Amino acid sequence: MAPMLANIRELSFWAENAASIGLVALVIVFSFLSPAFLTLGNIRAMLIAAAILVILAVAQAFVITTGGIDLSISATMTLGAVGFGLSWSAGRGFVISTVIGILTAALVGLVNGLLIARGKVTDFIATLATLSVATGLALILSDGKPIAVNSSQLLRLTTGSIGIFGYPIILAAVIGAVAWFVMFRTRFGLHVQAVGGNDESAIANGISAVRVRIATYLIAAGLAGVAALLLVARIGAAEPAINTQYLLNSIAAVVLGGVSLTGGKAKIVGPIVGALLLTALTNGLTLLGVSQFYQPLAVGIVVVLAALLTRFQKK
Amino acid sequence: MTTSPSLSPVSNPGADVLLTAENITKSFGGIHALKSASITMRRGEITALIGDNGAGKSTLVRCLSGIHKPDSGTITLDGEQVVFETPHHASQSGIETVHQNLALVEELAVWQNFFLGRELTRRLGLIRTLDRKAMKAHAAELLQDLAVNAPSVTSKVRRLSGGQRQAVAIARAAGRNSKIVIMDEPTAALGVQETARVEHVINTLRDSGVAVLLISHNFDQVMRLADHIWVMRAGVAVAGRRASATSGDELVALITGARAA
Ligand SMILES: Nc1ncnc2c1ncn2[C@@H]1O[C@H](COP(=O)(O)OP(=O)(O)OP(=O)(O)O)[C@@H](O)[C@H]1O
Ligand SMILES: [Mg+2]
Repeated sequence: MAPMLANIRELSFWAENAASIGLVALVIVFSFLSPAFLTLGNIRAMLIAAAILVILAVAQAFVITTGGIDLSISATMTLGAVGFGLSWSAGRGFVISTVIGILTAALVGLVNGLLIARGKVTDFIATLATLSVATGLALILSDGKPIAVNSSQLLRLTTGSIGIFGYPIILAAVIGAVAWFVMFRTRFGLHVQAVGGNDESAIANGISAVRVRIATYLIAAGLAGVAALLLVARIGAAEPAINTQYLLNSIAAVVLGGVSLTGGKAKIVGPIVGALLLTALTNGLTLLGVSQFYQPLAVGIVVVLAALLTRFQKK
Repeated sequence: MTTSPSLSPVSNPGADVLLTAENITKSFGGIHALKSASITMRRGEITALIGDNGAGKSTLVRCLSGIHKPDSGTITLDGEQVVFETPHHASQSGIETVHQNLALVEELAVWQNFFLGRELTRRLGLIRTLDRKAMKAHAAELLQDLAVNAPSVTSKVRRLSGGQRQAVAIARAAGRNSKIVIMDEPTAALGVQETARVEHVINTLRDSGVAVLLISHNFDQVMRLADHIWVMRAGVAVAGRRASATSGDELVALITGARAA
């Protein structure tokens, strides 16, 4: 008990667990302010709403662990959704369309990886460019119009659940668990951390930083392709709309999760909790009747607080 | 202009040459780090490489370990000409290196650094997972022999002292059954006891038939350990001497250029 108390007095304790503490605090505050917040129905809705962001946060966490960043991630998701939609409306089935959607997204990741790892283009610039390219392609391919998708499988994906856990959040949880395993229990995950920590040392030890980076951007984009499926399922259509909020929130979730943008410090659970926190924040503000306009402001403030807190993390 | 010194296997013609680097050049922009470096290493011998700061020793080491590709020149290993495209390639050919910068990843634990690039894995159904237990145990064992205050294998390298880091890097290279171990100033940050242990490791490696390339600024150490000594000056290996046939004074003169090879 004593060491625990000593821990709590340390700023680093708060910094390391910012996302979890923030989430608990939000839940307490919102459940006082709004009786609807902690109802089973709302928890279920929140978890479903969180699924896409959880997947994108996991994807972003991999990239950020290598010391990079993927600004194209939500545009990649949009392009993947359009790929799915076009395939679906061309009469291919759910499974094939899903594969096509994911492959379309993965293509963006491949380009990112090649530009950054082989072409030595700064991650920021490369993914800013592919953000634009993917957004443009999505608009061109769809002619700027939403593609309606009436798939029974997709409907089941959004409506089905086990207990309070809808299929989307279960899918996200499975992805999170696999991601954790890959990051912390496989050679590849170790190499991702090594390349992010010190790529020169990693290379000197025989690791191909180029291959690790390409694989990481590929995985991130593939996950964005999976998220695209949930996006289409939620809207009932593949929309070429621009989803900047998802991009910002995916980075915010990772930062909230205590991952440093300099790379080398891997975390998977943190970013997932960060994604849950951001979703709870949006949901709670909506329940309280706070105007939509205030939501980005609130997210921004939370991220700034988290970023300030991470300064006190143990080195 | 510099001409390459003749590669005379000075004495002991019976000892077999394991590695020959011939006329290696390497420039970084306008800096000619290696102008024409030629050295040989023999099996079961400790070869020392000495020279002033900036003479090009580490650059030559990085050429031999696959980090740099020489601009020109050849490397012959075991009678076969080799071109190392990557460090992985060099270590597969049996060359392990303790780099001057140690090549550790600070955010990773000691055991993770120990097996970086050649992790032990085990099957878990269809997938391969890290054999964390085996790696921790093995790393702890090898470190124990080397470090007086062996760090815990689970602590992050970031938390280690300079000497402990050096011990990790040395134990890592020595623990991989290789033909050649290159050590770039391995005892630079070590205390007296640790230095003695590292020297013991170097001797043990030699006795087991490994060819060791030792870069050191410590003359006593070089004279104590080395069988053969190469002197580098301004990117050129200017002289090679048998340790038994030279003296500290001569080496100093060769390093500074007061005496021609
Ligand atoms: N990557 C690099 N880029 C540019 N210049 C370099 C690079 N590596 C080495 N040099 C230059 O090459 C020259 C030789 O450097 P090197 O590190 O090989 O010297 P050294 O003999 O190992 O010296 P020390 O005893 O100080 O370790 C130096 O002038 C150095 O500045
Ligand atoms: Mg050096």
